[in-house]
Amino acid sequence: MVRESLSVDDVWKALEDVKDPEIPKLSLVDMGIVTSVSIGEDESVRVVITPTFAGCPALKMMADDIKDRLGKLTKGNVEVEVNYDVQWSTDMLTEKGRQMLKESHFALPGQVNGFVSAESLIKVECPFCGSRDTRLQSPFGPTQCRAIHYCDNCKQAFEQFKPV
Amino acid sequence: MNELNKDAIRDLLYRMADDQLILGHRNSEWTGLGPILEEDIAFSSMAQDKLGQSLALYTLLHDLGDKDPDTLAFNREEKDFKCCHLVEYPIGGYEFSLMRHFLFDSSEALRFGMLAGSSFSPLAKIARKFRGELRYHTMHADTWIRQLGGANEESRAKIQSSLEFCFPLALGIFEPSDYEKTLAEQGVFPGESELQKEWLAHIEPLLAGSGLSMPDVSSCKPSYGGRKGRHTEHLKPLLDEMTEVYKIDPSAEW
Repeated sequence: MVRESLSVDDVWKALEDVKDPEIPKLSLVDMGIVTSVSIGEDESVRVVITPTFAGCPALKMMADDIKDRLGKLTKGNVEVEVNYDVQWSTDMLTEKGRQMLKESHFALPGQVNGFVSAESLIKVECPFCGSRDTRLQSPFGPTQCRAIHYCDNCKQAFEQFKPV
Repeated sequence: MNELNKDAIRDLLYRMADDQLILGHRNSEWTGLGPILEEDIAFSSMAQDKLGQSLALYTLLHDLGDKDPDTLAFNREEKDFKCCHLVEYPIGGYEFSLMRHFLFDSSEALRFGMLAGSSFSPLAKIARKFRGELRYHTMHADTWIRQLGGANEESRAKIQSSLEFCFPLALGIFEPSDYEKTLAEQGVFPGESELQKEWLAHIEPLLAGSGLSMPDVSSCKPSYGGRKGRHTEHLKPLLDEMTEVYKIDPSAEW
């Protein structure tokens, strides 16, 4: 059987299997951190990812996971580059990614458009009961992507995927 | 376009990277010791950001031909560090760490804002990213300064006295380099004195609104020297501690 040559779409599709190590429901594609995919000679693949935060400790793991997954797709060399050519923002989450965050009981980030306003961190909608009678407890949470809030309506602490 | 002056850029990058590395390390000393859980997490999280930012800046230096980031961070002499004195001090009481955080991060946020338009595009790209990260640091600092400045007489007195102690150290952030003119002319960075002007205009209303009085700049002697490799007595012990494990076997694979 003759296999068709590897396409960029094949790579993007395979990358949907590579999950964010900190929120494994979301793929790296849903997160919006894959900024470029290209295929070179002998089906070598080059993937560029951009960090969510400079101090993200999961970068190496994500690069290794990408290499593992794409290694099953091609016999060629797989190169993963991390750079800031495109600067990540929560605006780059896909619609599917946002939906999955919601299902995982994260409050969603509002549109940032380059500047995080203090208002976007207060009175965010509680992911459990939908109330906006909520308070920001701390803009810093268990990982760099999360802020902690408290809902005065359902008396429950919750996390927001914080806008950046 | 004329070739950008690499020595000038390297000097600027070392200042910034060393500030981030040292203050990041200091902030991490609050891990497990913060006065309340949220503050413990906040300082730990900001430490993580700063170490990540220093890594990106050392990586730019490496791309310009200097040694690899780990060697730059962990295997240089004290005199080769270009951090300002403010970041070197031990964490002290919480009021000191908060005030340092307020004064330093407000300048850093403005610095990244200026650098977002730098003619040295690799730096402009990371500045655009880090300015967003810094937003959370400055929101955190501003909130606490306002709260403690307005809470009661004891908290106000403590935070005012930290301000007076930190202020000459903070002016040392803006110690001019030998390359001010070149950096400005080539559009890399408008310069330390420009930044200091913006910074003073930015913090004055915030301090006044928090019931605090800003020390008089003209009668305050800035703590200079750090940018030229002359440091306080606090840096050497910090570097020794920070590099203790690394120096057992610098060639170890982690």
